[in-house]
Order: sequence, then structure tokens, then C-alpha cells
Amino acid sequence: MIPAKFDYIKATSISEAVNLLDEHGFDAKILSGGQSLLPAMKLRLNRPEIVIDINGIPGMNSIEETGDEVIIGANCTHTQILNSDMVYKTVNILHQAVTTLGDVQVRNRGTIGGSLAHADPSADYPAVVLACNAQIEVEGKGGKRTIAATDFFQGIFTTALEDDEIVTAVRFPKVAHGKYLKFYQSASRFAIVGVAVVFDDSKVKVGITGVSDTPYRATAVEEAYTGNGDAAEHAVDGIEVMSDHFADENYRSHLAKVMVKRALEE
Amino acid sequence: MNEKIKKNSFLTNQIQVSLKINAKNRSLTLDSRTSLLDALREHLELNGTKKGCDHGQCGACTVIMNGKRQLSCLTLAATCEGANVLTIEGLAKKDKMHPMQGAFVKHDGFQCGYCTPGQICSAVALLQEAKDGDASYVTADVRNISKELKLSEEEIRERLSGNICRCGAYNNIVQAFKEVHSADDEMPTWKFATKMQMKSAKRK
Ligand SMILES: Cc1cc2nc3c(=O)[nH]c(=O)nc-3n(C[C@H](O)[C@H](O)[C@H](O)COP(=O)(O)OP(=O)(O)OC[C@H]3O[C@@H](n4cnc5c(N)ncnc54)[C@H](O)[C@@H]3O)c2cc1C
Ligand code: FES
Ligand code: FES
Repeated sequence: MIPAKFDYIKATSISEAVNLLDEHGFDAKILSGGQSLLPAMKLRLNRPEIVIDINGIPGMNSIEETGDEVIIGANCTHTQILNSDMVYKTVNILHQAVTTLGDVQVRNRGTIGGSLAHADPSADYPAVVLACNAQIEVEGKGGKRTIAATDFFQGIFTTALEDDEIVTAVRFPKVAHGKYLKFYQSASRFAIVGVAVVFDDSKVKVGITGVSDTPYRATAVEEAYTGNGDAAEHAVDGIEVMSDHFADENYRSHLAKVMVKRALEE
Repeated sequence: MNEKIKKNSFLTNQIQVSLKINAKNRSLTLDSRTSLLDALREHLELNGTKKGCDHGQCGACTVIMNGKRQLSCLTLAATCEGANVLTIEGLAKKDKMHPMQGAFVKHDGFQCGYCTPGQICSAVALLQEAKDGDASYVTADVRNISKELKLSEEEIRERLSGNICRCGAYNNIVQAFKEVHSADDEMPTWKFATKMQMKSAKRK
């Protein structure tokens, strides 16, 4: 399995990467961990002519704390996040999600920025960034901007990123109490259903991945929540539920309700 | 056109990479599409590292790069400039096997042997991860519990779950890891179930 021909360029700054994207548009692809892009290129589902490696760009792989936020550089690997004491203590729900993500080898290479930009409908981070109300920092030819997680995911493998934009960091508000629960597809360990619940006094925020082709905030559950698991009934209200050979629509809907109920009752 | 592309355009997508493999410096000129796995196997005659799926699913291609285990099939050689790579060929000291290799032999941690180089590289990296107190699904807050923790069987299985063994030698692989990790070489023992146990097993 060999990808189609491409030129490899190692970018040394964000502006260099952005300029290359601007110049080559659809023919160029960013490479971070390569754990999703390389399989897709080997299957020739993706055939970029230019591959722009952003791994060496300084300042994109740190985890920092400011007042009430934790800022995670887009190039931070899943392992870096998993082993961060700061993340463990201040955004524990993110830590919980990463413990379920792939295996050690994948976690050592794959990055949070890559996962968000890839927008796999079964990926784990989307549920967490939605439930946390995280902010995604991006930079393009026109400068920097911030995209709220709730505006970021637009469809299967589709995000609000413009062709010339890259994700540079993710800002998480500190979250005292949250729970991530995942029903695994047993071979790949991707989520068939992944549920992130953030508790905030008498309210909850619920992010769901794996159920629809776009991860979503389960606002119907949030509105119906009265302190117990009953609101889980509304987990798929108004949602077009995916069907595939692992789980058909009925089973997936049922799973979503069960997982939301369990998470709410934590 | 961008400078960096123009420079190479007459060579069509060639890259140059210098890295250290098993303590030897290597410089290679490769097609940009070459994975680290193909660079090892096709260009350096290091055939120990195996290609199972070439797709990130099986772990047969696991090598240790800059101290971290990773999949060489999902690593472009081009991204390895200056890297320090350790493969199965680099584990033995002259004629003396690495303790993990010895333990795999002793405990029969394989059948066909195809997954074994990946399993052993993964297990060797895991020894260090346990020393460093890395977190996992089973023990999330490892770092606050203790450094140098003794991994339970459940931990070992979880942390080696990126390496699939089609022959199902998992029990013996866990046994081999345990011996090197915690000098626990007690063999598992098996007993026939009693009549009562058989009955209650059926009911479930
Ligand atoms: C065996 C296996 C199991 C896995 N299991 C899980 C799992 O359980 N849960 C889960 O969530 N994921 C899982 N993954 C996917 C993994 O998390 C990937 O690391 C992740 O989806 C992509 O991150 P990456 O850094 O490898 O990105 P890459 O593969 O390098 O890139 C992915 C895409 O994002 C683009 N991109 C990358 N970085 C940026 C950026 N900063 N800005 C803009 N665009 C960018 C690329 O152009 C590409 O289109 C698994 C992968 C494998 C191989
Ligand atoms: S060959 Fe790399 S994971 Fe299977
Ligand atoms: S020994 Fe045959 S695949 Fe593991």
C-alpha cells in the first residue's frame, strides 16, 4: 500500500504552513501525527500533491495553564495529554477520554489538532470539546480566529476550517466534574457511542460522538435534566442516527440513551 | 512555486534523511512516500520489523523511536530526520539476548512468531513506561500512586493491546513480560472444574 506521489515539505513556522496551504489549496495536506492521514493516503482516499509536515513548528506542542483555562497546543500527542498532571487535575474528563483512545503506539504519535481537524464521526475528542465548550484556535492567511467547538464540526470529516487554515491550539475551560463513557467497537476501539457529560451545579452539558455523522450537543437532554438519568430518553431527539455493520440505527439510538443515562447517573 | 519544492523537482519527490538506527548513523535518499517500515525492510535489510496490515491496526511494525514505541508503517521516513530508532535487531548485546527476548523464549510467547518482534519492542518500551509511571485506562492516576509500579495482569494486557497476536499467544506473552518486569515467573496453574462449578457455568 503506497500513497500517490507527493512532495514532502517540513514547515518551520505557522506562517510558512499557512502560505503553502494558500498557494496549493486543495492539492496540499497538513501532516501531524499521520495516524489518520497516512492510512487514508495509502488507500488513496486522499491524494495530496504536497504534504506539509507541521511537527517541527516551535510552540505548538505545549500544555499551559492560564487563570481558568488550560491551553493545549495542536501538536500535543494523545500521550502527552494523558500524562499531563495539569489536565488530570483541571480537565479530568479530557484525561478520561484519552485513556480510551486507540492504543499506546497510536497515542504516542497522534495529536489533538489532527484528530479535531480530521473530524472522524467516531473520534473521542469531539464529544469532550463540545461538552466542555472548548474554543479552537486557528490561523490562516487572514490571521487568527477562534471557533467555538459548537460551530466547529459541520459534517462527516468536515469542519469550519477554511482551506488555508490550521488548528494551532485548543482552549479548555477548567472543569470540576465530568464523565466520559464510551461503547467500543471491539476491534478498532473507536467509539460506537461516546458520551461526555460536564456537570455544572444543577445543569449539564452533553456532547455525543459516534451516533450521527456530526458530533453534537444533546441540547434536548440538557433542557430535560432534573438531576437524574431520566433525561437520557432525549439523547437522539432530532438527530439523524448513523447505521453501519457494527450497529444499526435502532441499536445505536438505544446505546446512546443507555450511555447518556449511565454518564448522568455518575 | 515554493523554493523547497523547486529544489527537488527534477528528482520527482525524493527526500533525504539522516537518522540513527540501532546505534548506527544512516543516511538515505528515498521516495517521499517511503514509510519508516519500508525504509528498514527494503533499504536497510533490517527485516526483523514485520509488516502485518501496513495500516496501524496490528502492531507488528512497532519500533522504539526516541524512547517511544510507535508504528513504523504509519511513520513517513521523511519525518525521522535526526531520530534515534531501536528495532528488534538492536536489542541483543552481541550474542546475549535482551532479557525480554530470553523471557519470550522461556515462556513460549509465540507460535508462528510473526507478531513477535513488534510484541517484544512494545514490551521493552512498556518496561520504561511503567518506570516513568505513565497513565492508562486501568490506572488513570498512576503518577500519584507510585513511581515504578508493578503492573497487574489486566494492566499488562491493556498496555500491550496495540499488538495483536493471531496465534493467540497472549497468556505466555503476559507471563514473559511479568518475569522481566517484576521477577514473577510463577506459571499459571489449571484445575478441572468441580461438578458444582460446571453446573453453575452452564446456567450462565
Ligand atoms: C489503530 C488506530 C486506532 C485509533 N483509535 C482511535 C480512537 O479510539 N479514538 C479516536 O478518537 N481516534 C482514534 N484513532 C485516530 C487517532 O486519534 C489519530 O491520531 C487522529 O485521528 C489524527 O491525528 P493525527 O495527528 O494523527 O493527524 P493526521 O493523520 O496527521 O491528520 C489527520 C487530518 O487532519 C489534518 N490536520 C492534521 N493536523 C492539522 C492541524 N493542526 N490543522 C489543520 N489540519 C490538520 C490533516 O491534513 C489530515 O487531513 C486511531 C488511529 C489508529 C491508527
Ligand atoms: S503493520 Fe503497522 S500496525 Fe500493522
Ligand atoms: S505468534 Fe503468530 S501472530 Fe503472534
